Amino acid sequence: MIRKQCEVLSVRKNGIYQSITLVAPEIAENARPGQFVEVAVPSGREIMLRRPFSIADASRRGGWAGTLELAFYSVGPGTQWLAEARPHDFLDVVGPLGRPFPYPRDLTNCLLIGGGYGAAPMYFLAKELASRGKRVDMIVGARDQQRLYKPVEGKRLSVSISICTEDGSLGDRGVVTDVLPGMVSRAHTQVVYACGPNPMLRAVAEYCIANGIPSQVAVEELMACGMGICWTCVVPVIRRDGTTWDNLRACVEGPVFNGGRIWWEKWFRGPTVSTQTPPHGFRMEGAGVGGEPWPE
Amino acid sequence: MTLAVDLNGVRLPTPVLGASGCFGSGRELAEVMDIRKVGGIVTKSVTARPVKGMPTPRMVETPSGMLNSIGLQNPGIKEFMHKEGAFLGRVGVPVIVSIAGKSVEEYVQVAAEVHKMKGVVAIEANISCPNVERRNQVFACHPDSAGEVIGAVARLSRLPVFAKLTPDVTDIVEVAGACVRAGAHGLSLINTLLGMAIDLDTFTPKLGGVTGGLSGPAIRPVAVRAVYQVSQAFPEVPILGMGGIRSAADAIEFLLAGAWAVEIGTANFFDPNVTIDVANGIGEFLAERGLRSPADLRGRAVPPGGEVDEPAYRSG
Repeated sequence: MIRKQCEVLSVRKNGIYQSITLVAPEIAENARPGQFVEVAVPSGREIMLRRPFSIADASRRGGWAGTLELAFYSVGPGTQWLAEARPHDFLDVVGPLGRPFPYPRDLTNCLLIGGGYGAAPMYFLAKELASRGKRVDMIVGARDQQRLYKPVEGKRLSVSISICTEDGSLGDRGVVTDVLPGMVSRAHTQVVYACGPNPMLRAVAEYCIANGIPSQVAVEELMACGMGICWTCVVPVIRRDGTTWDNLRACVEGPVFNGGRIWWEKWFRGPTVSTQTPPHGFRMEGAGVGGEPWPE
Repeated sequence: MTLAVDLNGVRLPTPVLGASGCFGSGRELAEVMDIRKVGGIVTKSVTARPVKGMPTPRMVETPSGMLNSIGLQNPGIKEFMHKEGAFLGRVGVPVIVSIAGKSVEEYVQVAAEVHKMKGVVAIEANISCPNVERRNQVFACHPDSAGEVIGAVARLSRLPVFAKLTPDVTDIVEVAGACVRAGAHGLSLINTLLGMAIDLDTFTPKLGGVTGGLSGPAIRPVAVRAVYQVSQAFPEVPILGMGGIRSAADAIEFLLAGAWAVEIGTANFFDPNVTIDVANGIGEFLAERGLRSPADLRGRAVPPGGEVDEPAYRSG
């Protein structure tokens, strides 16, 4: 990770989402899908903490070389401030941060699932996987058409795509897990990647565990620093040998985790899960079926 | 002019340290700042055995501050020494190891292990973490329990012991006095204040741990007050002042209140170079006024009107 003052190249609207492109050659150089950056908000405000943003794209070659794209939904004081950024403004950026999506060593058929603007890093990932000779299929979902993130981009980058909205305003009516089984069988999916709201990730991961498909999911947890020092953004993750679990930092050991190793029950039910040991049989071979196809 | 300070034998190259729990061991931050220029590192509190800590959410941003409920997550002293010992031994800046525990025995056990580490100049006994299971584990809430822990650690320790205190008490001077009498070399003022935030959609506390520690600029006036009160009572006892510092001006306020040096916590999260920038800013402030060292500022805050013969209310 490095810290740089980065010039804003452009700010655009994508439906209800915002995209911001930064000139950040040193960060773009090493950025991989699943990673994020922390953007500082100016001093003199009630808010002080940096805001984490998933990297929607990083260009290393061509006319846009050295740029970094962030996609976000303007919802709080930090994102509202960022949405008002103008070309030639400078932002204080730390990145790239976190563990990126690992690429499978031997398996080929990858299914990428994006919920809301969680689709943004999926398009970045699709390009990286395709350039490594992998087959990419996609599911892109959102509450409604307005909240779908660049579905046309998804069409362009995938062999096949399934679009769904909860209100049926575009694509199938329903959530991503409704179309997931059909897509997996049509695309002969071997590996699943997902980014989106945590409940969606849980549903995807649990489907994958039950069906013996390895999954990698990019989670969200409230974080103060993004650099590994505050220990606020932890996620309970079962160890590889299944014997115990650790609270791992989403900013360093994540935000991408093996979906089969996150202890979802513990994470979402918090203190009401009184046990300190993983449920018996959690050594479920969920992610283990077919081994762990990612080099560590 | 020098930035160096001497805390009755604990010598620091600058009066600005990274505060416990907000600086890691320095290893992570070293990627984005020059760790060798920091006045010292106070490590994240370590306990005898591994602690998994509180459930998430562990953080809520609040006006000019944040609440956290980490719950002392740490790998335990053995793993800590294994993972961070080598880095801290060669980092080249003074290291203060923060220790925590649920019992007097645990503090003693961890302190004994810390003595095996290289590069450590002092122990900071964190007896005031608000994120513990029971309130009676906050030893700094009572003078007697505070003195008991500090006395036990100080008796065994060859390293100077700083007692880290909470302002969540009726009389912090009384707790400070108990620690000083028990053998504390110095005092670290202040830990976070116990706070809470509630979600209006779900009617539930925003923190997984329900309550949490408030930090950031919001608490600075409370911290300056605590440093001022304690330094007035114990002018010979080194005080590490902290609470909401994000600029040189903030740090100078602590020195004027009576701090011998300062720690910076929350500001590292958004401004990783802040410890170095603040030290440089203190240097400029000293140079502008022809002062020689940060010690020249220590405790120089004078009540309005200076030494008054008569209470102000009589003059009208």
